[in-house]
Amino acid sequence: MLTETTKPISHAKNASTVSLKINGEDKSLVLKPWVTLLDCLRENLDLTGTKKGCDHGQCGACTVICDGKRILSCLTLAVMKDGSEITTIEGIAPSGDLHPLQKAFIEHDAFQCGYCTPGQICSAIGMLAEGKANTEAEVKELMSGNLCRCGANTNIINAIMEVKNGGNYE
Amino acid sequence: MNDFDFYKSESIADAVEKISNHTDSRFIAGGTNLIDLLKYNLLRVSSLVDVNSIKNQSVTEKDGLVLLNAFATNAETAYHPIIEQRYPLLSKAILAGASAQIRNMATNGGNLLQRTRCYYFYDANTPCNKREPGSGCSAINGYNRNLAILGTSEHCIAIFPSDMCVALSALNATVCVTGSEGERRIPFSAFHRLPDDTPELDNNLLPNELITSIELPAKGFEKNYSYLKLRDRNSYAFALVSVATAMELENDTIKEIRIALGGVASKPWRVQEAEDFLQEKAPTRENFSLAAEIILQDAKGFEFNTFKIELAKRAIIRNCLMALNPSSQLPGAQPSA
Ligand SMILES: Cc1cc2nc3c(=O)[nH]c(=O)nc-3n(C[C@H](O)[C@H](O)[C@H](O)COP(=O)(O)OP(=O)(O)OC[C@H]3O[C@@H](n4cnc5c(N)ncnc54)[C@H](O)[C@@H]3O)c2cc1C
Ligand code: SF4
Ligand code: FES
Ligand code: FES
Repeated sequence: MLTETTKPISHAKNASTVSLKINGEDKSLVLKPWVTLLDCLRENLDLTGTKKGCDHGQCGACTVICDGKRILSCLTLAVMKDGSEITTIEGIAPSGDLHPLQKAFIEHDAFQCGYCTPGQICSAIGMLAEGKANTEAEVKELMSGNLCRCGANTNIINAIMEVKNGGNYE
Repeated sequence: MNDFDFYKSESIADAVEKISNHTDSRFIAGGTNLIDLLKYNLLRVSSLVDVNSIKNQSVTEKDGLVLLNAFATNAETAYHPIIEQRYPLLSKAILAGASAQIRNMATNGGNLLQRTRCYYFYDANTPCNKREPGSGCSAINGYNRNLAILGTSEHCIAIFPSDMCVALSALNATVCVTGSEGERRIPFSAFHRLPDDTPELDNNLLPNELITSIELPAKGFEKNYSYLKLRDRNSYAFALVSVATAMELENDTIKEIRIALGGVASKPWRVQEAEDFLQEKAPTRENFSLAAEIILQDAKGFEFNTFKIELAKRAIIRNCLMALNPSSQLPGAQPSA
């Protein structure tokens, strides 16, 4: 299904049509080139689960999954991703259930304010799909792109290790 | 960020033509440095030429040489079986840089062209010769903790922050570029520049030239190598000092060694005299220590970064010893506890 966004759009001459499949739905937007993927998600598509922490690539709060890879939506222009498939925190558990990582984050008390959480979870999904981390030290290193200002890091890593090990992590 | 036009390019020739047809235009690859600079208004462009659709195979072998596609991501390159097996030093150095998300976006070409992280370069309210030639250098008498100790000039003491390039320097890579005048090959040691009196020029790429690939010689030093990165936090931070060591041993003596430093100068730093000194010597702490003295003999510290001289020496010794047993390296090139 192709949904034209009803949000205000720019009609300036250098705006172009950008097609994205977001959380399984085809979207078509008319955007100026300077609109970042992060602003497009939050401002044009009302998908505010993806957070803007620093807007400069330094915190990981804006992490989304693009064509299967975790990336920072704040340092990507939406036009660069024309034709891509994007999964945001809103789309990780399509059936309405919680994703195993969401459950583990709750069980492990892996957040306080919750601002970094969507980015942490999208990043962890990307990290597990990459399959490059075997030990806890490797998981920590490959999750270092997501900062938690509340300092819930220990519980975040515990939650991810539980899911990575099929629920048997102590 | 100012308003600009956006063009996609489908081939190398198309990209070079598009950039040549527009003034104040830049290539955009991963965007991880360019978009950041645009957001700070440190760079203004009239248009961007997207080179991401040019991508072919990320890593290819040709007559024993290996070519890294300039438009492939840092992550694809670091995890490519040829790189992991034949050039593990390069893999480790790439994986010590930035974060997993950024490495999924950042390209090999873009990595060579990232700009310095000098605080004053990023602060448009302060004088900076690199940003605005002739305005002065705020760092020389300012807070210069993360700046250079080698190859500086009275005009600029910035460092080049790449990790990947430290390994490329040790591996004697060649940068292959295409411009409207045709193709050129630039040896890695001649790619980045010292500041001298033109600190606004980071490298010798000409305007509108496109990096198309990076060529690695056959020799990958896969048996004895190590990358060590020292920084204020153990991950997701730029290096204060980093070291790449590539070593070939024969009968317990050093047949060949390459030692490249990152975080200390405006380009990856190698000292031929130190590498020659170690040739045919035993790979001992004493010999590495003497080599470290040679490498740092011309180092000059500033008010807040003099500590880097001793740090670099110790990092060289530690890393050369680690190269004798590469499995001692920790994830992200962190130092051992
Ligand atoms: C928070 C953060 C932390 C980081 N930490 C590290 C780190 O620890 N170590 C490290 O090494 N790096 C680090 N980086 C830098 C990162 O590696 C670079 O930003 C990245 O490699 C740049 O590649 P890109 O493809 O995104 O380049 P872009 O941002 O797309 O482009 C950078 C420049 O190169 C030009 N360009 C791009 N490709 C080509 C080409 N093929 N030919 C000619 N010109 C081209 C562009 O016009 C632009 O001027 C960090 C970045 C961030 C944001
Ligand atoms: S060190 Fe170089 S980049 Fe930093 S303020 Fe001085 S001139 Fe600018
Ligand atoms: S908002 Fe993108 S990394 Fe912080
Ligand atoms: S839970 Fe508050 S920033 Fe991580």
